[in-house]
Amino acid sequence: MLIKKPDDIKSSEITDKETYLNRRNFMRGAALLATTAATTWLYRELNPPPPVTRPGEKIADIVKPAPAGGFSTDEAKTSFKDITNYNNFYEFSTDKQEVSELAQGFVTKPWSVAVEGLVNKPKVYDLDDLLKLVPQEERIYRLRCVERWSMVIPWVGFSLAELLKRVEPTAQARYVAFETLYDPKQFPGQSGLGTGLDWPYVEGLRLDEAMHPLTILATGLYGEKLPPQDGAPIRLVVPWKYGFKSIKSIVKIKLVEQMPPTAWNLYAPREYGFYSNVNPNVSHPRWSQAKEQRIGEYGLRDTMMFNGYAEQVAQLYQGMDLRVNF
Amino acid sequence: MDTKFSKVLLFINSLVPLALLSWDAYHKKLGANPYEFVTRTTGMLTLVFLMISLAVTPLRKISGWNFLVKFRRMLGLYAFFYGFLHLMTYIWFDRFFNFKSMAGDIIQRPFIAIGMASFFLLVPLAITSTNGMVKRLGGKRWNRLHKLVYLTAIGGVLHYYMIVKSDTRVPLTFAFVLALLLGYRIYAANQTPKLPVRSPIPPR
Repeated sequence: MLIKKPDDIKSSEITDKETYLNRRNFMRGAALLATTAATTWLYRELNPPPPVTRPGEKIADIVKPAPAGGFSTDEAKTSFKDITNYNNFYEFSTDKQEVSELAQGFVTKPWSVAVEGLVNKPKVYDLDDLLKLVPQEERIYRLRCVERWSMVIPWVGFSLAELLKRVEPTAQARYVAFETLYDPKQFPGQSGLGTGLDWPYVEGLRLDEAMHPLTILATGLYGEKLPPQDGAPIRLVVPWKYGFKSIKSIVKIKLVEQMPPTAWNLYAPREYGFYSNVNPNVSHPRWSQAKEQRIGEYGLRDTMMFNGYAEQVAQLYQGMDLRVNF
Repeated sequence: MDTKFSKVLLFINSLVPLALLSWDAYHKKLGANPYEFVTRTTGMLTLVFLMISLAVTPLRKISGWNFLVKFRRMLGLYAFFYGFLHLMTYIWFDRFFNFKSMAGDIIQRPFIAIGMASFFLLVPLAITSTNGMVKRLGGKRWNRLHKLVYLTAIGGVLHYYMIVKSDTRVPLTFAFVLALLLGYRIYAANQTPKLPVRSPIPPR
């Protein structure tokens, strides 16, 4: 039986050296491109560059702030972009750069604020009533976050005192308690595990702090209606206290006799006191508060006592040990 | 794919995050607080490279893919490299080269002390990462010295856990992964017979 001996590979089928090397280089190039593209994708997915959101609606007839009394400052204002894309708003996300995007669909109509407790005339205010209560004023305030960064923000709003006067606090009322909307459907951070805080977010002020002319309910910034990531449609601004005192998206204001619970104090009483006045001499247990990083600036600034509002507010705390009442 | 080219691939891919971070910085796309963003990113990359380099041994033992050990040194050195960048962002953008304030900061903020200690533990490991140093120390002693990386990884994750204000999900994820990686080692050490100790010098 004849067994046919297989032919040798025809010389025409042997890849010549140059082609072989070219092909190898091609494969290597492809592998390099594919893997770096995959790594780029992974990095972008896990560490996205912060998004930027668009401006909102203009507010009409804003009264300019008085130059004296701390109502304004000639310090450079933080850009609208930074104010609206760097937000501590745990109801949306604990990532400051992610809040603006997540907050876009936030529904603020209809919105009402219940003012109740130890008052003669409790009332549920519709947001539109609050906007018409008194003329909207511009207030250019410094904002100092407990995390060491700061901004200068041109708020639009009105004195909280104007609202409180209208409901007539009774003689027993000594504190004001505030509450943020509780709505896990709109606030993804309010459901599930992990953020650590109890919801809804609650804050409080002593009545004299709440009545102070610097304390405002803000409804806008840069002449526009408050963007959702900054606490729409109405939020507190207390410029001499760390930012977390200035509670956002308020639905309830209650006058009470006892010092009310506050969200961060409930979470870590040793780290966040009821007063939380900006104070460069009292360190947070985990970091110093002596300096601050103004957003948009290179380098550090000295943090000022009461965030630079000592002249206006220091008398509220006369005789108090601010190390104990931090 | 040959080893040499695989190493080139790994080397370049490990630089991709740095390239993208620099690109974003150049185009001012690091958001409102670029310093914080760079600090967080380099810190995260340090932990990621520590975890990947610690995953080499368990993966190798479970899968039998012994070639993985060839990439371990580079992964470890990248952890060191990103850790160094992380430390530099702190010295530069958090302290602005004010070394006096740094000293106070280390005393006041324990997580800074822990982070620094964890980084400095990596220095002897980086120095002894060359083949020459492995030979000089001898495989056994070299192996024992390089167990310091466990302390660095624990310290690094603790450092991260301590800085977050309240949302501990990501640091706890790192802690969980690290527990698996170290737990496997404890488990494997109690198994008999033991695998022979392999030379840390990657075969060519």
